[in-house]
Amino acid sequence: MDFQLDSEQEALRDAVRALLTKAYDTSETRRAVTKQDPGWDDKTWRQLAEMGVLGLPFAEEDGGMGAGPAEVAIVAEEIGRVIAPEPFVEAVVLAGGLVAAAGTAEQRAEILGAVAEGGLVPAFAHTEPASRYELTATGVTASGSGDSWTLDGVKEPVLGGARADLLIVSAAVDGGTGLFLVKPDADGLTRTGYATFDGGRAARVAFDDTPATPLGEAGADQSDVIAATVAQAQIAYGHESLGAMETALRTTTEYLKTRKQFGVPLMTFQALTFRAADMYVSLELARSTVSWATLVLLDASTGSTSADEVAEAASRAKLQVSKAGRHIGQEAIQLHGGIGMTAEYSVGHYMSRLTAIDHALGDGRHHLNRLVSTLGDHSVVDPLP
Amino acid sequence: MKLQLSDEDAAFREEMHTFFTTQIPQDVRDTVAARRELSKEQIVASVQAMNAAGIAVPNWPVEWGGKDWTPLQRHIWHEEMQLANVPPPLPFNASMVGPVIAAFGSQEIKERFLPKTANLDIWWSQGFSEPDAGSDLASLRTTAVRDPSTGSGGAGEYVVNGQKTWTTLGQYGDWIFTLVRTDPSVKKQAGISFLLIDMSSPGVTVRPIELIDGGHEVNEVWFENVRVPAENLVGEENKGWDYAKFLLGNERVGVAPVGSTKRTLSQAKEYAKTAGPGGTSLLDDPLVAAQIADLENEILALELTALRVVANSADGKPHPASSVLKLRGTELQQAVTELFVDLAGPLALASGAGEGSDVPDLARVATPNYLNFRKASIYGGSNEVQRQIIAGTILGLRG
Ligand SMILES: Cc1cc2nc3c(=O)[nH]c(=O)nc-3n(C[C@H](O)[C@H](O)[C@H](O)COP(=O)(O)OP(=O)(O)OC[C@H]3O[C@@H](n4cnc5c(N)ncnc54)[C@H](O)[C@@H]3O)c2cc1C
Repeated sequence: MDFQLDSEQEALRDAVRALLTKAYDTSETRRAVTKQDPGWDDKTWRQLAEMGVLGLPFAEEDGGMGAGPAEVAIVAEEIGRVIAPEPFVEAVVLAGGLVAAAGTAEQRAEILGAVAEGGLVPAFAHTEPASRYELTATGVTASGSGDSWTLDGVKEPVLGGARADLLIVSAAVDGGTGLFLVKPDADGLTRTGYATFDGGRAARVAFDDTPATPLGEAGADQSDVIAATVAQAQIAYGHESLGAMETALRTTTEYLKTRKQFGVPLMTFQALTFRAADMYVSLELARSTVSWATLVLLDASTGSTSADEVAEAASRAKLQVSKAGRHIGQEAIQLHGGIGMTAEYSVGHYMSRLTAIDHALGDGRHHLNRLVSTLGDHSVVDPLP
Repeated sequence: MKLQLSDEDAAFREEMHTFFTTQIPQDVRDTVAARRELSKEQIVASVQAMNAAGIAVPNWPVEWGGKDWTPLQRHIWHEEMQLANVPPPLPFNASMVGPVIAAFGSQEIKERFLPKTANLDIWWSQGFSEPDAGSDLASLRTTAVRDPSTGSGGAGEYVVNGQKTWTTLGQYGDWIFTLVRTDPSVKKQAGISFLLIDMSSPGVTVRPIELIDGGHEVNEVWFENVRVPAENLVGEENKGWDYAKFLLGNERVGVAPVGSTKRTLSQAKEYAKTAGPGGTSLLDDPLVAAQIADLENEILALELTALRVVANSADGKPHPASSVLKLRGTELQQAVTELFVDLAGPLALASGAGEGSDVPDLARVATPNYLNFRKASIYGGSNEVQRQIIAGTILGLRG
């Protein structure tokens, strides 16, 4: 097992880091950006596009860079380090990933090329008010045949749903869950956007006899595609969280070194330094599981790991990150005292972002439940397939 | 980045698996699987089977029986051993005194001790801790005063006085490696030497300490005017603290018990399948199932961290994150022993049951094991000491 990055991957990391730390030099910059709709910065998005980041996971013939999960992981981690609000995981990995996996050749070329260039930002409209973390759609139904379909029902909360240039909508079809493309100006589409606690944006998206184009084969059940793409996004979110946890810990240790009370730096108090040590332990354990999940995903492209194995690895990563994120986020604030509670200071935003990621695509308890369902199938968990 | 083992490492893993599951005496493996205490003879037999195959001390220099394995291969060796219910080679010999002698001893002392140490012909005890020197080991008070006028060969003798304690399996010990104060006039770390003492010397007394599980695992060792030939000094006089730090660094890596914890959890899960009322499965109890699934995930994270650490450790030097392994490894080891007690439920009370009892053996040993393993977060540098290392060395938080 080899966790090391090669030199090209290191170069990618350094380039993305340079771009993002410049764009989000202080938490005030990020705060200013997230105050205005759409909650992220178009200029930064364009720069990421110029760097090739937005087309990273897509095939070259579709207008992408043909890179893999390792490169996606690198970018997601850098996004997390500064909690950049740009929707890399949501728009590129998840929504783009669905198009890459389910779309026809024409759809892929048309949509993914535009995503890679930064001109088209898609969103995956899947969660329904009553769906919790289920991957099937029930509240939005599709009817029609051939190329002529309409959707009815409500999706909410849809991350990035108000600003999206294209919605990829999951909807109940005969025999399962299909995927459909809906244009922003479609008839009978109502989008009501609002801010989320982490500075992001979500929307209520209502469909009333709304015309939609099937993504890929008309009327087909796309459950497998959804499950596989969601697993990729879960792992990418894991990396985004790693970046955020690392910064939250570093910010906290810096504070313990500089903040003085009782005439001495806070790091004089072992009650605090031991808690920082435990945060480090949580971070390293999460890093191990998330990086491993990426290795499992990498092997799926050669067929040496199955879709089920990837999904399980994603659940394992999501569970570990859920626990670590709560631990590190909560302690980061506590060890700062009052300043950690303020919107002006950074650590609270890190906790908010970690909480948002935790509750997108399944929190720790949800994934623990999934792992429980296969508990009896193995005697030990072997990290090698 | 790559998930799969290389073909070479996969073959190595298979080779280790085959060796440990076929070449170690079955009664040894059965005793470990039953979570019962091994006898001295069983421990010796197991080590000697490994040594005959040349794999008892892979971490030593090759000329003294070591292997030029990669850190990953060493990890695989250790894991496969534990998964096969094979006890790791006696740590006092294999990971403590052996590497110190190999690194710092004279040629004469190496030849005298290393082959017998590898083969467990000499059983070593660790004589570091004292009643007033635990985590603050350097404050130790056992003295060794050099008497140049006596002894053979003109090198003189040390006269040792003092008390060591917590000496694990000292009742089996042939020799004890000690830290002794040879210069009381300097800073405490600077006056310590690393001295090898024959436990059959006049003036050495070993007294048992009973632990909370009722077992006799540790001892007090008293030294009263014990005369030790000066050639039993390892390395230089008053340099013992450096050697001890080297040893404790190795110890930290050695005590991250991933494989055995994984195996014990799998055993607990198997036990749970019929431990419910009327022989039903406790895995159908959502709280039990969630706890086991969560522990499996935590152990996976630990194992993967161990793999990351071995992949990144510069030769010989323990990776700073090895403190994470000790800290988390012992926490999980303890969590699994605790789980076993909960699974045994009321049967956990039957620890003293003998022949004719209807209580399964694994339920009988659950609580003594649970109590016994409270030690894991105390020895090998307590978990508080590990947190101190993480905070200070890794995070730069110095109080
Ligand atoms: C079963 C068992 C087997 C052992 N076998 C051996 C052996 O074979 N040979 C040998 O030499 N020793 C052995 N030891 C001794 C072991 O190394 C010591 O117990 C250990 O170093 C702790 O020392 P102590 O027990 O004196 O506790 P103390 O050092 O007195 O510690 C008491 C408590 O205070 C904490 N503490 C201490 N210092 C600090 C600090 N600076 N900051 C925060 N917390 C602190 C400790 O973590 C612990 O929780 C064994 C111990 C046990 C329990």
